[in-house]
Amino acid sequence: MSHLPVLPIVLPAALAAFILMTMRHHLELQRIFSIAGSVALTAIAALLVARASDGQVHVYELGDWPAPFGIALALDRLSAMMVALTALLLLAVTLYAVGAGWDARGRHFHALLQFQAMGVCGAFLTADAFNLFVFFEILLIASYGLMIHAGGAERLRAGFQYVAYNLLGSTLFLFAMGALYAATGTLNMADLGVRIAQLPAEHAALARAGAALLILVFAVKAAALPVHFWLPGAYAAAPGPSAAMFAILTKVGVYAILRMRATAFPESAPALAGLSEAWLLPAALATALIGAAGVLGARGMARLAAFGTIASVGTLLIAAALFTPQSAAAALYYMPHSTLAAAVMFLAADMVTERRGDAIAPGPRMAHHALVAAVFFLGAVALAGLPPLSGFLGKLMIMDAARGHERVAWIWGVILVASLITLMGLARAGSDVFWRPAEGEGRAENREQDEDDAAAGPGPAAPAQPSAALTFVAAFALLAALAALTVLAGPAMRYADAAVAQLFDAGAYADAVLRRP
Amino acid sequence: MELLFASAVGLLTACGIYLILRRRSFPVIIGLSLLSYAVNLFLFASGRLAVNRPPLLHEGAAGYTDPIPQALVLTAIVISFGMTAVIVMIALSDHLTSRDDRVDAPAGGAADDGVEAPAAQEDAR
Repeated sequence: MSHLPVLPIVLPAALAAFILMTMRHHLELQRIFSIAGSVALTAIAALLVARASDGQVHVYELGDWPAPFGIALALDRLSAMMVALTALLLLAVTLYAVGAGWDARGRHFHALLQFQAMGVCGAFLTADAFNLFVFFEILLIASYGLMIHAGGAERLRAGFQYVAYNLLGSTLFLFAMGALYAATGTLNMADLGVRIAQLPAEHAALARAGAALLILVFAVKAAALPVHFWLPGAYAAAPGPSAAMFAILTKVGVYAILRMRATAFPESAPALAGLSEAWLLPAALATALIGAAGVLGARGMARLAAFGTIASVGTLLIAAALFTPQSAAAALYYMPHSTLAAAVMFLAADMVTERRGDAIAPGPRMAHHALVAAVFFLGAVALAGLPPLSGFLGKLMIMDAARGHERVAWIWGVILVASLITLMGLARAGSDVFWRPAEGEGRAENREQDEDDAAAGPGPAAPAQPSAALTFVAAFALLAALAALTVLAGPAMRYADAAVAQLFDAGAYADAVLRRP
Repeated sequence: MELLFASAVGLLTACGIYLILRRRSFPVIIGLSLLSYAVNLFLFASGRLAVNRPPLLHEGAAGYTDPIPQALVLTAIVISFGMTAVIVMIALSDHLTSRDDRVDAPAGGAADDGVEAPAAQEDAR
């Protein structure tokens, strides 16, 4: 048995503890080890993708106890892809945090970031529902620390609300686990699927309640409409790089919905018939619309990025809710796009905030004005789904997958209208922030010519940047990943198709995890 | 016994939800703790209630109770305990930095609008 599948969990966990214990007062050392750890995680993720692309489900039994008695990790194409996405995002966020000096404004930033990566990778790899809860808690605990990093009254208030909301979500998660265990007697995802399919009628109600509660919890994590209220305030108040890392957290919710519906809650089971399609699709449609409206109405850059995240999660959830092989493949293509685009927007928002404050209003010219504007506008093109970048392809595929659906008019209408509103909101914000000089500062227009004027405007901002270059490297690396996703759309789509074929083959997954012949 | 147990879980949950909807951070934290007690009891009962049955091998035992929910509850207790400590610390530092412990208002928001401030003062009494 190869130990590769457990490495994305063990490496960040060990590294985080190591950073905490041996170099808590040495920021330079922390930076070196954190970046090295992120690079190593990326390399491991690449190996995992290579390993998973043979089409097998690779099972890793912790402590060598056979499932369902022990806890198993399962690596397939979908989880390998998500781990790779996490590693890439972690690397870019680490570089940005070092470049912008965010890690120097409070303690333990790098350790928390590594713990967060551990929780996210674990959530993607585990094959056990209760273990999924534990990894959710790990990533949440780390996110609490990252969210209130560097302190401040507003951040602490938003942090309290975020923690309280998520503790409530965790409690619901446990209620769901209890109900599912009481009904089926197992918490292994594959075993759950097998047992729910043959559940006697008298236990069906309990299993159904548990499954519905569980999907509701994942909807909370994904910030779907009725339960999305925690996101804008929390992400807008969080430090920029933390918010960029949080872009993957909503995707953990979407991933869990996809995984659970495919593996543990087979729609064919009489106990679960019609469990989620009645409300998941309307919720997703409403999420996309409310996110777009929020983008249009946002008065601060960070809030703009937060609502942009909600809009793209809504689009992603539409594809996840349709749950046909074609729509799930479109969802898997859109997933990395949506994560990276949201992260770029949070980084762009942080760049603007660092230089001249968060407000979307005409203001003084910033340091590196043209570069920041480039990051923002490229990110906006990606987030709104305009043609050159992958968001356009992703939305097109989702709409294509919805063609045979009975509510196709709604789906097309919402995706198109939401994209238009998002585009308007982003264009408004971009032109206000980057192209319109502040009142009484008409001279700024004349200086528009000399780009990259590091001397900056007369504004109050432009604090000493440890390394502005590094922040741009991080942001453009994410944009380059988006461009690569566009150029290599063919291979990416083939991978997504194969991943979905594997995801929907619950029998093969159960055979591998439960060691059935 | 089942009725008593179920009522206890229900009562704890109801009190917890009532308290989370309060607008000061202290009742909210107490409410979250009550909810976590409720869910711990619920998890415990998910392996069916049994009296005087050992969970692990024991000589002369007439029967066994399900050990898995006990392990789950242990994990859940540890996690909810840690989480409560975290949220208490955040609430404390929030209270110390913004001089009020409202959950809903933006930090320092009470100072901005004069209408809210007296009400908040009175509540704090």
